[in-house]
Amino acid sequence: MSRFQFPKSIQSRPVYGTLSARTGKAHLMVADAEGAEAILDLAAAEPALMARVHVIYIPKDTGTTYVERLRAAAPAQLYVGPSFAAAQPRLRKALADAHMGLQIYLAGTEGLIGLAMQDAIAAGFPDGAIQTEHRGSVARRVQCVHCKGITEDVSQSPFVCAHCGLNLFVRDHYSRRHAAFQGVCIDAEDPGEVPASEGLYQ
Amino acid sequence: MTIQFNDETFYDDYTFRNSEWAIRRFPFPFHEDSYMYSVNLEPHLSLRPGSVFEKTFDVDEHYVSEMRDRARVLAEDPLRCQSLPHMTLAGWDLLELIMDAKAREYPDLFELHRDGDRWHWINKPLGIDQTFTFLDETTLPCGPMEYITRQAQGDFALLDHRDDNLWMDAGMVTTQADWSLDFDIGMNFYEWHAPVPKAHEMGVFQRALKFLLNLQQGAPVRRLNWTMTVNPLLDTSPENYHKWGVQKTSVTPENVGSKYHLRVELQTLFRLPRSNALAFPIRCYLIRLEDLATVPKWGRRLHRVLRDLPEELATYKGFIRNRPMIVDYLSQFDDGAETSPGIWPD
Repeated sequence: MSRFQFPKSIQSRPVYGTLSARTGKAHLMVADAEGAEAILDLAAAEPALMARVHVIYIPKDTGTTYVERLRAAAPAQLYVGPSFAAAQPRLRKALADAHMGLQIYLAGTEGLIGLAMQDAIAAGFPDGAIQTEHRGSVARRVQCVHCKGITEDVSQSPFVCAHCGLNLFVRDHYSRRHAAFQGVCIDAEDPGEVPASEGLYQ
Repeated sequence: MTIQFNDETFYDDYTFRNSEWAIRRFPFPFHEDSYMYSVNLEPHLSLRPGSVFEKTFDVDEHYVSEMRDRARVLAEDPLRCQSLPHMTLAGWDLLELIMDAKAREYPDLFELHRDGDRWHWINKPLGIDQTFTFLDETTLPCGPMEYITRQAQGDFALLDHRDDNLWMDAGMVTTQADWSLDFDIGMNFYEWHAPVPKAHEMGVFQRALKFLLNLQQGAPVRRLNWTMTVNPLLDTSPENYHKWGVQKTSVTPENVGSKYHLRVELQTLFRLPRSNALAFPIRCYLIRLEDLATVPKWGRRLHRVLRDLPEELATYKGFIRNRPMIVDYLSQFDDGAETSPGIWPD
């Protein structure tokens, strides 16, 4: 199963719900990897909805696992893209073209949800129009507080910053503006003494 | 009185020193022999001539050197000063608040002459003479918040008030106790305080927010907060933690009294008139332990507070590894005598 029960955390850390169909003329669904399952669950519960849905989907390492089932759910538009960055111009166009009342559904990894949320908020959509559901990998986007570079898909802590090479531990402190958790040097006080990496929720 | 401004540094060779005057007026933050979080807000009224609570924005002997240090930090990292687009008006509100207070309370140092929207600002200690049009950004060399906070000691946050919450949407942050403006900008009151242990469960933030949402114009409030810092480093930022963190290992029983500083923040909050935002100045005062202990009551009390502080707080405040050494050093100043209530020296 692709669902993960996140432990209770601090108040800046996002919490995710379960997607549910809302009434409305237009619906935008953005998902990556196992996030497709959340869309398929919604389509199974409300098949009629899909005729008004634009799906933007990035399979990541799930390859073709969900693509045919998404197509079979018959959304009005289905886009399958190679990366979020590749999908972003299309997402922004969809948000810019949308009329008031567009319902937005985000599903998948925290990185995908955070990035799509950034674009939706920048386009002027209120929080209340955006639903989220976490599925799949618990890896995070992490901003290095020192060099400001963001490392994608971080699943271990500490990890090496992809930009400056410092050893960072991953905090639960989260910035919506950066769509990222915060990474802080773990061996600043004892240079070179880096504890063994562990999975984020181990 | 005329202030003699020190020529000193807050990094590298750390030539920062407090004069006897600065030691005696230091804002000692403990009114009793123990410490726990509380919503310790009080009206920001003028109190005790000569104390740091006398003026709206205290100016002291470190002013010129602190402003030089701010310029240095900003040159290295411009992200320490950020303002989201809707916060410009609050920046003007802040500029007016600071210029007006400084000119009124320190007429020998600052002058503000207004002719309608045409303002003339003179800052003698920094050698600034600026004519500009109020509310016209093109007439200042930078945005209004940046302009005035390059001339005012302490960090500044501007908090937007909407949706029954406060949002940290602008700030000038170069003398912080280990938090990142670049990361926290745009967060609401609960979110930017999220990493603080214990206080959420105690209801401190709910009560503080409720109070602050009702803050009125002309009725500012203040509180003190504190931590411990190795060397008189103003810029204890997370951005540079990988550079300064190692200084914590340079402390020995021989140098702990001169290396370790009590770091006190005088936090004030003002409702701003045009933007309805809150200005949140966070002014940092540093004092060496050996200087602090020249006031017998403070030496005694700090020993007791640090000795008995819950481990979680000592960890959060970043001095857990050196606490035994600090407490051991301070114990020589604690003869067990009773201390008087309140923060003032006997």
